[in-house]
Amino acid sequence: MAATLTKAKRRKSANFGQDNLVGYLFIGPWLAAFFLFTLIPITVSLVLSFTDYNVLSNSGDFIGLDNFQRMFFEDRRYARSVNATLKYVVFAVPLRLVFALGVAMLLNTWRRGVGVYRAAFYAPSIVGGSIAVAVMWREIFGNDGLVNFTLNLLGIEGPNWLGRPETAIWTLIILAAWQFGSPMLIFLAGLKNIPRHLYESAEIDGANAFQRFLRITLPMLTPIIFFNLIMQLISGFMVFTQAFIVTQGKPLDTTLFYALYVYRRAFELNEMGYASAMAWVMLMVIALLTALVFRSSSYWVHYESDGGPA
Amino acid sequence: MAAVDPAARPLVVRPPTPWHQHAVVRSIMYHGLVAAAALIMLYPILWLVGSSFKPPDEIWTNQTAILPIEPYPQNYPNGWAGFGGISFATFYRNSLFYATLGTLLSVSASAVVAYGFARVRFRGRRLWFAIMLLTLMLPTQVQIIPQYIVFKQLGWLNTFYPLLLPRIGGSAFFIFMIIQFIRSIPVDLDEAAMIDGANKIGIFLRVILPQLTPAIITAAIFSFYWTWDEFLVPLIYLNSPELYLVSLALRTFSDPSGQTDWGAIFAMSALSLLPVFVIFISFQRYLVEGISTTGLKG
Repeated sequence: MAATLTKAKRRKSANFGQDNLVGYLFIGPWLAAFFLFTLIPITVSLVLSFTDYNVLSNSGDFIGLDNFQRMFFEDRRYARSVNATLKYVVFAVPLRLVFALGVAMLLNTWRRGVGVYRAAFYAPSIVGGSIAVAVMWREIFGNDGLVNFTLNLLGIEGPNWLGRPETAIWTLIILAAWQFGSPMLIFLAGLKNIPRHLYESAEIDGANAFQRFLRITLPMLTPIIFFNLIMQLISGFMVFTQAFIVTQGKPLDTTLFYALYVYRRAFELNEMGYASAMAWVMLMVIALLTALVFRSSSYWVHYESDGGPA
Repeated sequence: MAAVDPAARPLVVRPPTPWHQHAVVRSIMYHGLVAAAALIMLYPILWLVGSSFKPPDEIWTNQTAILPIEPYPQNYPNGWAGFGGISFATFYRNSLFYATLGTLLSVSASAVVAYGFARVRFRGRRLWFAIMLLTLMLPTQVQIIPQYIVFKQLGWLNTFYPLLLPRIGGSAFFIFMIIQFIRSIPVDLDEAAMIDGANKIGIFLRVILPQLTPAIITAAIFSFYWTWDEFLVPLIYLNSPELYLVSLALRTFSDPSGQTDWGAIFAMSALSLLPVFVIFISFQRYLVEGISTTGLKG
């Protein structure tokens, strides 16, 4: 991307002069919204995180690092919420990516009907974020819901999925894995870009399907895997709606995801200072993790000499 | 090249093709496997739609089946009646208003901003562009608390301002997507217009904008259905039921402690997916292209 940007810049500088006024006029709306609704709020949020601001009384005192001390050393629910979120991210993100890649490879063919299949596999993702699907999921995994009803027909007594601490989070992980549509489409576009001749020459050299996958498909896809991994990690950490509807954070806080806990503290308990501190820790963790993945990319992401995926 | 005598070709002894490698057999295996997987994927959605037509006693007894034994469309009027004297007509009106206006705001602003980044050279352009991309990974939680405090002070709780105002700057996703699109439009067109005496604004309106249609349609579809599904922000700002969006209404409507008419809940759930599916089916091509070329999340 950086390469295309500089190229575009060089090409354009030959044709256009610098035009500061017009430029800022055009990006003005974004710039205004950025300051008003992003930069200033984030700064205020940082300040709030050192106070015990309560929105009902509209007052708060500076309390130093107390919020952070409470978060890391005293608040047992906070620890449980971190646990739940990590567990969710660790399982849901890889599962989603593996399904996405597997199905994309199945659909990377010119056979008839592939368009219909693609739509079918993408459909759950198009409705994925909706309340309707969350409500439906709650019923499917309910005590006498569809899953247990089916298990019962097979002579198995299903557990109380949503009520037991060991199983509740899995209903949400399965829900996430079910919605692999977007990374699948991105993988599909990536697969179509791999030059055919690579496979042909590998076949002549006697490589079998598994070796071709390992030696050609995977390395050629690493930029896409990298992109999908970053996007899914970020959205994994922010998961909210599904837990809010399906499990409400229960049982025993095993599905009290971070975003849900921030919401509870800020908007149900009105502890906006404490919630801001939590939100800032989340920001730092996401930033750190993204930076780490970026840093690691030089070891495993393979870019072609002409400047990568963009 | 001279004709080659077929008999002169070196004789290759091939083992007979095993049965499972025949094209027809492979094709049947492929379609069987993929269609079965697709059906499993779609099953929950089909089940939801089917259940919305089941009479109350069938919902728990005829559970695994998709089709009801005795179709019971009464679930729909029952659900449509809503709760607290407010019917779903109100919630759909609210959602339609918000999704339409919100989309209009975000997409038009995004197009303007994208043009600025893609075609105007100005000091600080690369810095602002990088910052814009960074905002994509910002958790809403760090912005939403101070925003709420301010909007509350302004007395804007239970209004649509807090939901619509932040959209005046467009959305980083769509700006990025439209920038990529503008870059594929030849600069020669801009230059020709410039020679004809058009300024940057004229070029945007008369040269770039007409060509942006596919990108704008893609952005509009995504925007519409993200807005339609939006939950956290409306949940915080819209507290009175007359202002509820469909998503908020469904949550209240399906509250297990208050409602037991599952047929009606399923009916309203299925109905809320309808606009999204209609858009998905009519614009599938744009959606797929939008996601695959820009890596937008869906």
